Amino acid sequence: MAQDGQEHPISTYLAVWILLFVLSACSYAVDYIGFQGITRWSLVILFMFLKAYFICAVFMHMVWERMALVLALFIPTFAIVVFVGIMGFESDYTQLGRKVFFDTGKPPTVYAVPHSNSHDEGQEEEDSH
Amino acid sequence: MATSSKLPLKDGLEGFAFDWSSDQRAFKGVPWGKAMMWIFLLSDTFIFSCFLISYMTARWSTVEPWPNTSEVFSLSVAGVSVPLLLIAIMTFILITSSGTMAMAVRSGYQKKRKQAAALLFLTGILGMSFVGMQAFEWTKLISEGIRPWENPFGARQFGSVFFMVTGFHGIHVSFGVIFLFLTARKVLRGDYDTGRRGFFTWQKGRYEIIETLGLYWHFVDLVWVFIFAFFYLW
Repeated sequence: MAQDGQEHPISTYLAVWILLFVLSACSYAVDYIGFQGITRWSLVILFMFLKAYFICAVFMHMVWERMALVLALFIPTFAIVVFVGIMGFESDYTQLGRKVFFDTGKPPTVYAVPHSNSHDEGQEEEDSH
Repeated sequence: MATSSKLPLKDGLEGFAFDWSSDQRAFKGVPWGKAMMWIFLLSDTFIFSCFLISYMTARWSTVEPWPNTSEVFSLSVAGVSVPLLLIAIMTFILITSSGTMAMAVRSGYQKKRKQAAALLFLTGILGMSFVGMQAFEWTKLISEGIRPWENPFGARQFGSVFFMVTGFHGIHVSFGVIFLFLTARKVLRGDYDTGRRGFFTWQKGRYEIIETLGLYWHFVDLVWVFIFAFFYLW
C-alpha cells in the first residue's frame, strides 16, 4: 500500500529510463531523417505520448496510486483538449481574416536562411507595416 | 497522523466512488504534501497548456512562414551542421536526471541517507547543466537576431513564443535545482532521521518529501517532452 511509501525495484526504473532514451532517440530520428507531413506529426505525437505515459506511470508512480487520485488528475486534462479545439477554430478564422484584409498582393518577404551569414546584405527596405 | 480507517479500502472505480464520497479526506493513503503537490502540478499543467495553445494559435493564424526549427536550432560540429543537436543533448540530460531522481526517492524510503543525498545532488547538477545549455542556446539565438518582437527567419511570433515557453520551463528547472540542493543537504544532515525542524515551515520532515520533490522534478521533464515535440520537432 502507498502508506509504506513508493518502493519499487531498481530494475523497473532502469528499464523505463532506457525506454525513455530509446523513445527520445526515435523522436529525434524523426527530425534527423526528415519525415514531413502527416508521417512526421503522427510519429512525433506517438513518441511524445508514450514518453509522457511512462514518466507519469512509473517515475511519478501513477499506476500504483489509488483511483481517486488518478482520476482527479486525469479527468480535468480533457478541458485542455476542448481548449485546443476552440483555439484551433479561432486561429483558422484569424488567418482567414488576415489573408482577406491584409494581403497586399506583393510577393512575400524573403527571409534569411539560418547560419548562412547572408542576411546582412540581402535585407530589403520595408515600406509597409 | 494516523490515516488508517476501520474498513478496508476498496480498489478501482468502486474505490474511487467510496473515496470521493467519504468523510474528511478523499485521497487516502497518500501524505497530504504529496496530494497537494499533485494538485499544484495539475494547475501547472494548465499554465503550460495555455502557453502551448497560444503557440498553436499564433502559429496557425500567422500568414508569414514559420521558421524551420530544424535549421534555427542546428549546431555545427567540426563544420557539419547537425540539426537540433543541443536540444537532443538537453533532452537526454533531463531524462537522465529524472532517472536519478526516481532512484533518490527509492534510496530515501530505504533510509539510505548518503546514497539518497548523492543522487539528489547528482540530479541537481544535471538540472544545472540543462539550465546552462539553455542559457547558451538563448545567447546564440539572441546573437543571431532573434527577439520577442522580430527575427530574421520568418514569422515574428516565433521569438515571443520561444522565449516565453522555454523561459518559463527554464525557471521551473531552476527552482527545482534550488530545492534539490536544499533537500540534498537536509537528507545528508539526517534531518529526516532526527526530526530536525525546517528553517522555514518549522515542521519535521520525512523521507516522503523526496518523493514530493521528485513529482515536481518529473513534471518538469514531462513538460519538456511536450515542448520538445510541439515546439522543436513540429
